[in-house]
Amino acid sequence: MTADPTPSDPRSWLFTTPQGLYCAPGDFHIDPAWAVKRAVVTHGHGDHARAGHGATLATRETIEIMKVRFGEELGAVQGLRYGETVRIGDVDVRLVPAGHILGSAQIVLDWQGSRIVVSGDFKRRRDPTCPPFEPVKCDVFITEATFALPVFRHPPDSHEIGRLLQSLKTFPERCHLVGVYALGKCQRVIRLLREAGYDKRIWLHGALVSLCDLYTREGVDLGDIAPVGEMGRNPKDDLFGRDVFKGAIVLCPPGALADRWSRRFPDPLPVAASGWMRVRARARQRGAELPLVISDHADWDELCRTIRDVQAPKLWVTHGREDALVHQARSMGVEAEALHVAGREEEGA
Amino acid sequence: MQHFAELLDSLVFQPARNAKLRLITTYLASTPDPDRGYALAALTGTLDLPNAKPALLREFGVQRLGETLFTLSYDYVGDLAETLSLVWDANVKPDAEATGPQAGHNRPPPSLGEVVDRLRLTSKRETPRLIETWLDELDATGRWALIKLVTGALRVGVSARLAKQAAADLGGVSVDDVEEVWHGLKPPYKSLFDWLTKGAPRPAVATTTAVFRPLMLANPLDEAELPSLDPLAYRAEWKWDGIRVQLAAGGEQRRIFTRGGDDATSAFPDIVEAMDFDAVLDGELLVAHPGIGDVGPTIAPFNDLQQRLNRKTITPKMLRDYPAHVRLYDALFLGGEDLRARSFDERRTKLETWFGEKPRGPFDLSPLIRFTTWDELSEMRAGARAAEIEGLMLKRADSAYVAGRPKGPWFKWKRAALTADCVLMYAQRGHGKRSSYYSDYTFGCWRDEELVPVGKAYSGFTDEELLRLDKWVRDHTTNRFGPVREVEPGLVLEIAFDAVQRSTRHKSGIAMRFPRVHRIRWDKPYAEADKLATLEAMLAA
Repeated sequence: MTADPTPSDPRSWLFTTPQGLYCAPGDFHIDPAWAVKRAVVTHGHGDHARAGHGATLATRETIEIMKVRFGEELGAVQGLRYGETVRIGDVDVRLVPAGHILGSAQIVLDWQGSRIVVSGDFKRRRDPTCPPFEPVKCDVFITEATFALPVFRHPPDSHEIGRLLQSLKTFPERCHLVGVYALGKCQRVIRLLREAGYDKRIWLHGALVSLCDLYTREGVDLGDIAPVGEMGRNPKDDLFGRDVFKGAIVLCPPGALADRWSRRFPDPLPVAASGWMRVRARARQRGAELPLVISDHADWDELCRTIRDVQAPKLWVTHGREDALVHQARSMGVEAEALHVAGREEEGA
Repeated sequence: MQHFAELLDSLVFQPARNAKLRLITTYLASTPDPDRGYALAALTGTLDLPNAKPALLREFGVQRLGETLFTLSYDYVGDLAETLSLVWDANVKPDAEATGPQAGHNRPPPSLGEVVDRLRLTSKRETPRLIETWLDELDATGRWALIKLVTGALRVGVSARLAKQAAADLGGVSVDDVEEVWHGLKPPYKSLFDWLTKGAPRPAVATTTAVFRPLMLANPLDEAELPSLDPLAYRAEWKWDGIRVQLAAGGEQRRIFTRGGDDATSAFPDIVEAMDFDAVLDGELLVAHPGIGDVGPTIAPFNDLQQRLNRKTITPKMLRDYPAHVRLYDALFLGGEDLRARSFDERRTKLETWFGEKPRGPFDLSPLIRFTTWDELSEMRAGARAAEIEGLMLKRADSAYVAGRPKGPWFKWKRAALTADCVLMYAQRGHGKRSSYYSDYTFGCWRDEELVPVGKAYSGFTDEELLRLDKWVRDHTTNRFGPVREVEPGLVLEIAFDAVQRSTRHKSGIAMRFPRVHRIRWDKPYAEADKLATLEAMLAA
């Protein structure tokens, strides 16, 4: 991209290319949007982890997730433990918990005394399905900005789960259909329900099953879960199947909430669990009758707190609403700028 | 306050009437006095609190957050009250491991009763400070509800009538029983809840006449039944196309109520001014330009009446351009006397006598139609094409004025609907039970070679037809815009509607009143659907 890499100029050794973020002295990409020779992957979500790379380095858990998602298409893989360091080219690479989902990591890059941390997606609050975010002091911190507006302040998870349980009490005959992302949100919502004392069977849409099985293998206890399968599908010959779902919790991908698939359930009450639910107009757009603000991304306060914790003099802001966070960081005395990376969109969360 | 806020938040997202009732009843059952009473007052629009101006909220936001961040936030959210409620704790120490909604504060949030009491006792100058303190103490949902409360309208899709229904459900009584005592009561309605939940005696019906009395409503006439009815036992009058209102005046009080019991007094000062009587009258609110001499008033299109509805401020120009008028149907009380148990004929005679006593300004009587046979009346109905006439009302001459919609004494016999063959253009997913179905249809007519949308309908078909329509939409989609699908032209819907009006809001320049799907013309070639010109010819003069 520019002149020869020098440690004093971070942009010279870590920069964006059409494939994504590229580390020159290590000759690898981070979360590339396209197939590359060598990729280091922060976590298993589809806009960060893709198939077809020559070699992939990630946490052991993320590799397991990618195996479930991509199977044979995965090339050579190397799974690391959190905290373990490997040298790629001239660069020391270390993966540190990001607290986003199972296996999610920040990538700590050390090159000739200069340190850049790529946060990937992260959050700061407790998540029963993965270890918490560890702040690492660095020269440049690359942060996500999915919810980088002061309007996004996620309430405590327990409060939101309490609202779901209250709704089950108020509408005991309605099937509560909860839209969740298959990886991370699904398993976290199940764990949160278990922690709140909900021990009944939780039903799963078929698209959620394999990742829940993986979480269980990885030691996350999801309790009594079962696939919906064909139950209740034919209203004529399976009355029993429908009654089972009265007052039950069924998890499904957000797109299935208003899909024909949902017609088998008795008077379904659509619930959506996402950080976007904080804004009512967006919650209404999704057709949620019960929007729960449960997010796997840092909210505004967590983003600001993280900027302070990592003490980096430079902040690069990727996908999201970077304007507000850049403004905020500058007012905190940090040299902040936007970093536009290919292949990042607003969905997820 | 927090509990009430959660209720409002749930109501906003709940489209189904019964589910809303359940939410409100559950809240009322689990909330102590006086909070539940103030909540009921807020939902029925009887809570009179000093207002805070939107400018104040903006100022708060900018003070706490700075111009840049507040503007970015407001641009994203688009609603001032919601933006402020979400961004509020900007200057509170961020604490991601917070465990409660009020983390960072050590004072409990105020109760609804405390909010109401203190707002009433605090001077206007001190109110902003008070609101600021509460915003600090409440969580985001609580702040949002507080802001709604102090800026006026709740707008959570609950009518006064629905809220009263929920209260009635709580006590297992009928909503009309609640209406009867309602206007003699004041927030926080302690005596009402004592009656509904604690077996205390029913509160006394108010003695002033200026209170809402539930309206008597008519059932649609089944024409097949007509031969079995005796024409001489019924009185007929036109059904006017305005808004049904009840005028209640007595002593110093003058009130205008809508059919649902909502208080519309402040929107019609021109009517209020003329209510110099002691009576409760039933009539139709219209916009009408006064007549001269023997010529009666000229009724303006319904569109003109809409210019007078839902307005916060009434300008002299509006009063001049769209003068309000009430065409009287019935008298419930006259001079303090309750006439409701009397027959329609007796009430009508008394109403006519009262009306003839002196000039009555913006009021006139809805004339009775003379007829002797049903055929004769049927002909008059078919011949009535004036825009302001929706059809006929039939009322038994001996009928008492009974709250609600009793079966038998009153019928509405609407004018035969107009119909047009339109082409389906867009379909949108419905709400609640229909959220997986494309059940809201936008349809158009031909203008030259182009289809222009003329209306939207979401009723008039059976569940089986809905399944088939839904499949048709999915199979013929050409474009998607969020929950809306554009479909290729191909399906003709025969749409029934009550009238066609001019409209500047639609590309076609017209709008239908009460459009619904009459028949689905699976067989009809879409090129043979109606032309826009056909609809324009139906425009009311």
